[in-house]
Amino acid sequence: MISYILKRVIATLPVMLMVAIVVFAILRLTPGDPAAILAGDDASGEQLERIRQMMGLDQPILTQLYVWVRQLLTGDLGVSLLSNTPVIQMIGARVGPTLSLALSTIIFTVLVAVPMGVIAARRPGGWLDRTVMTFSVLGFSIPTFVVGYLLIYWLALKLGWFPVQGYAPLAKGVWPYAQRLILPTLALSGIYIALVARMTRSSVMDVMGEDFIRTARAKGATEWSVLLRHALRNAAVPIVTVIGIGIASLITGVVVTESVFNLPGLGRLVVEAVLARDYPVIQGLILLFSFTYILINLLVDVLYTAFDPRIRY
Amino acid sequence: MSTSPADRNILSTPSSDEPRSAKPSFARRLLRSARSLPVLVAFVVLALVVFLAIFAPWLGTTDPIAIDPGSRFASSSAVHWFGSDAFGRDVYSRLLHGARVSLIVGLGATFASVLLGLVIGVFAGYFPRVDAVVMRVMDGVMAIPSILLAIALVSLTGATLVTVLVAIIVPEIPRVVRLVRSVILNVRSEAYVEAAILLGTPMWRMLTRHMVPNTVAPLIVQGTFIFASAILTEATLSFLGAGLPSEIPSWGNMMADGRTYFQLYPGLVLYPGIVLALTLLSSNIIGDVLRDLLDPKMAKRT
Repeated sequence: MISYILKRVIATLPVMLMVAIVVFAILRLTPGDPAAILAGDDASGEQLERIRQMMGLDQPILTQLYVWVRQLLTGDLGVSLLSNTPVIQMIGARVGPTLSLALSTIIFTVLVAVPMGVIAARRPGGWLDRTVMTFSVLGFSIPTFVVGYLLIYWLALKLGWFPVQGYAPLAKGVWPYAQRLILPTLALSGIYIALVARMTRSSVMDVMGEDFIRTARAKGATEWSVLLRHALRNAAVPIVTVIGIGIASLITGVVVTESVFNLPGLGRLVVEAVLARDYPVIQGLILLFSFTYILINLLVDVLYTAFDPRIRY
Repeated sequence: MSTSPADRNILSTPSSDEPRSAKPSFARRLLRSARSLPVLVAFVVLALVVFLAIFAPWLGTTDPIAIDPGSRFASSSAVHWFGSDAFGRDVYSRLLHGARVSLIVGLGATFASVLLGLVIGVFAGYFPRVDAVVMRVMDGVMAIPSILLAIALVSLTGATLVTVLVAIIVPEIPRVVRLVRSVILNVRSEAYVEAAILLGTPMWRMLTRHMVPNTVAPLIVQGTFIFASAILTEATLSFLGAGLPSEIPSWGNMMADGRTYFQLYPGLVLYPGIVLALTLLSSNIIGDVLRDLLDPKMAKRT
């Protein structure tokens, strides 16, 4: 198993390198002088020269790529054109709200979606199943920012239960922190709950046809015990996998949700960087998010190999 | 378990579970699935959106970008059915013209990404050497969250309709390539393909006669999902300020403009938001129906 994990870790390296090359290529393949694109419309000749120097644009393209990848390996994501601060520092300053939002969303999703999926799988085609599946189609189709504004309109403006927007760090107290995270979490969870509930339902239903379920029923186990102890446990692998794959839509959702709720996290940083055309920051954040996505899926893979005794490589 | 109708999507009828021998025509089965209420509503909504988009100029609309300082934030009335925005622009007219923008983006992105993905996928599936290189690049592109890739492309090239379309298409291509490639790899091992190879069928004929036709059904299904996803991506990009130029009346731009005034005039954000959500919902429901009808194998997997 160790060798499988090692193999799996090594297999992600080319993907990460490929991501780096794609991100590198985007700027170089865009028509026009990369330095001029980066500097913006009203850059002086001096600034252009400085950027050219910094990026090594006078070097051959493969040398540029080599230098760039080597910088990445040392954790150097470049320097913001706007504030001149290293991108890695800007990320450090903004990671708090994003991490809070992502974690609360994942926890909330698992707590809601897995029971939903199990309940739906209990009587396929029954009214509970239909309700859960309808909700799942809705959650899938209504954009996060529309859900966000509907929640603000209803729960914050009409009922006044929550503050409209904003963020309070944990240091300011647990309640202010939690109160400002609830609505963003609800908005962001929609699509994720839809995804996980659907997967839980179909993988529990698949397992329900197995022999050991019939055995469990035959020995007189209650229906709930069959569902939870026998079916759900054996259906866990696809569910955990979809939680990993869903991280991609979670990342998109984070960018949008932070904008809707004015949370000063990494998603807002992306949008601010786009509006200011601060390309090194955008580039750094793309790499960060993509690597996070790859690493989480690696972790998911490794975890279920470690926990599921049936999977042997 | 796959014999139970509920194993499939609940929104479609269990028509595909009937015995093979009495398989009704595609049109019959499509009609039958429209008997379920949500599917019927989805067809009606989407038809309505298409109708409104095509006939937008003749449906009592005014110029969607005409600024009228005298009627800023007008509430809904006989003149402004859905009120007007911060510049006095008529929200009803903007909603209808926004439908045009969404459909153009949705259809344009769908056709372009399906076509490009088909070409790349066929070659990757048919030529193992091309495959090794192409699929590594596709893996790299797919590992980048699509909205971020689109944001990067738009922020480098500046926002125009074409760059936004390109930014939406690029992240969609790898998904199409993977789908086409897997179909081609499956077909390649079929006996009739081996027979065709032994008969000395020329390569282009192999591709056009034996490979591409097999990809049509899954591509139609995938296409409806790309259509919805492209509309969503455009709206998201515009909403974030990284999308279409702000003078184009798209639903995302309307929401972006309305954000500042949301607490006072929630309709400016909610109307386009709800219309957008209904369009996406209908497209996804129809996508599910088509998947059940055209691609039973895929339906079983999800």
